[in-house]
Amino acid sequence: MTTSSIDVSSASAAGLAAPDTEYQAWATARQRRLWRRRLLPALGITGLIVLWWAVIAIFDVKPFIAPSPWAVVETLYAKRAVLLDNLLPTAMEAAGGFLLGNLAAIAIATVFVHNKTLQDIFFPVVLMFNAIPLVAKAPVLVLIMGNGMEPKITIAALVCFFPTLVNMVRGLESVNPQAMELMRVLSASKTEIFFRLRLQNSLPYLFSALRIAASMSVIGAVVGEWVGATVGIGAMILQATFNFDSPLLYAAIVMSATLSGLFFLLVTLAERWIIRWQPEGQH
Amino acid sequence: MAAVMNATPAISCRDIGMRFFTERRDVTAIKSLDLDVAQGEFLTLLGPSGCGKSTFLRVVADLLEPSRGRIEVLSTSPMAARKNRDIGFVFQDAALLPWRTALQNVELPLQVGGGASRKGRRSPKELLELVGLKDKANAWPHELSGGQRQRVSIARALASDPKILLMDEPFGALDEITRDRLNEEIRRVWKETGVTILFVTHSIHEAAFLGQRVLMLAANPGRLREIVPVDMPEDRTLDIRETPEFVRLTAHLRRVLETC
Repeated sequence: MTTSSIDVSSASAAGLAAPDTEYQAWATARQRRLWRRRLLPALGITGLIVLWWAVIAIFDVKPFIAPSPWAVVETLYAKRAVLLDNLLPTAMEAAGGFLLGNLAAIAIATVFVHNKTLQDIFFPVVLMFNAIPLVAKAPVLVLIMGNGMEPKITIAALVCFFPTLVNMVRGLESVNPQAMELMRVLSASKTEIFFRLRLQNSLPYLFSALRIAASMSVIGAVVGEWVGATVGIGAMILQATFNFDSPLLYAAIVMSATLSGLFFLLVTLAERWIIRWQPEGQH
Repeated sequence: MAAVMNATPAISCRDIGMRFFTERRDVTAIKSLDLDVAQGEFLTLLGPSGCGKSTFLRVVADLLEPSRGRIEVLSTSPMAARKNRDIGFVFQDAALLPWRTALQNVELPLQVGGGASRKGRRSPKELLELVGLKDKANAWPHELSGGQRQRVSIARALASDPKILLMDEPFGALDEITRDRLNEEIRRVWKETGVTILFVTHSIHEAAFLGQRVLMLAANPGRLREIVPVDMPEDRTLDIRETPEFVRLTAHLRRVLETC
């Protein structure tokens, strides 16, 4: 906000008087910096793909071990219908788990912040459950919940739950002590302190957890599908591996990565929309 | 000042003591303090670190309960005075809520703790004008300078029209030029509102320039050292700091402070 308003005033000042060479130099340098920031990552990705292609070509890697980038692109196109059919359930499981896990984490963080005793009793339990590896939790849940979507959603929810809980508790607790004293001088109630101070304060912490949860939820759903599923990206990955169909395997990986990226993008957009008060460049 | 003559004091404390315990230490922040602050008075509290001046403000604001002694704020308990919204507090770090604009920060006291019923004589907009920030109403705190932030927090403290304004080293982190300007302004705000001010500071010049009396406290344990009356005209500009009377006064304060 500040930067853009400075831009306008300096630009108009430059327009009125003689051309402001210092401003122009600064603007050019800024443009160049922006382009660099966009181009360099693209260069990295392109380089990686070229390297991949070169390794396959030079060492003559067999297609059932690893496909060439082009074979993956061809598969993505040729099998788009079946890929999308399998992406949909995974996306639903991941999204469902994302919502469920994060809502539960936010609710429990709220309880923890208001009741230290409950926090002291249950936080170690949460820690313990988090220490169990994901691939060990998945079969347990499938045994309990059957072969449908429920265990996958639960697994996705579980992996989202922990980072959000930890961050949310921290965000709700790390309130400026003087702001806390201010609320007390103003005789604010616990509810008012929660909604007007703690919750607002926790939002940046929450969103950094949600960005982690965005990709974690997809991982959770895919791992859930490994244990027992006939549809979904996870099931596809297993089938493709058993069939030595490496182009399909890689295509499935691309699909799940794209899904994670999409979730991440959505969270980032939501953050920009909800937190408007942060200084620029502090995201 | 007519208000100073008012018989019932704004704050009255007898033998106030404050002791803290931590695992390794037993701190007597205030050993014993007797004090009457008149309504409408501008009292500055001066003393080294650990003399209990911030602790005392927090006792008045009902943020801390004294370990012993009796304190009355506006002829009632600190808690009742707080609940009646008679106390405004300005913190060292302006403690603005970063997700609220300047104006929204000033509006906060009217939105919590049943504050809507205690609308001040001045609206939040008028208060921002009073502290010279009319055109910054919609700015975010991070867009304001340190001095501007502290002005907003003063406007916020005045929003519920308190009778007592407690200021805890509010200008301590500011540069000297900004500090001088704000010193003149807080005197103006005091005169325009008639509020009783307790102002904690580390600066001898600030204490002498602002106060009608300077309360000097000694540290370890915190106790009253001396109350120095300031015999200066009420219409003060920063120029008075060059007068011989002012120089004498600050020299005296410095000598006393060295023994604190």
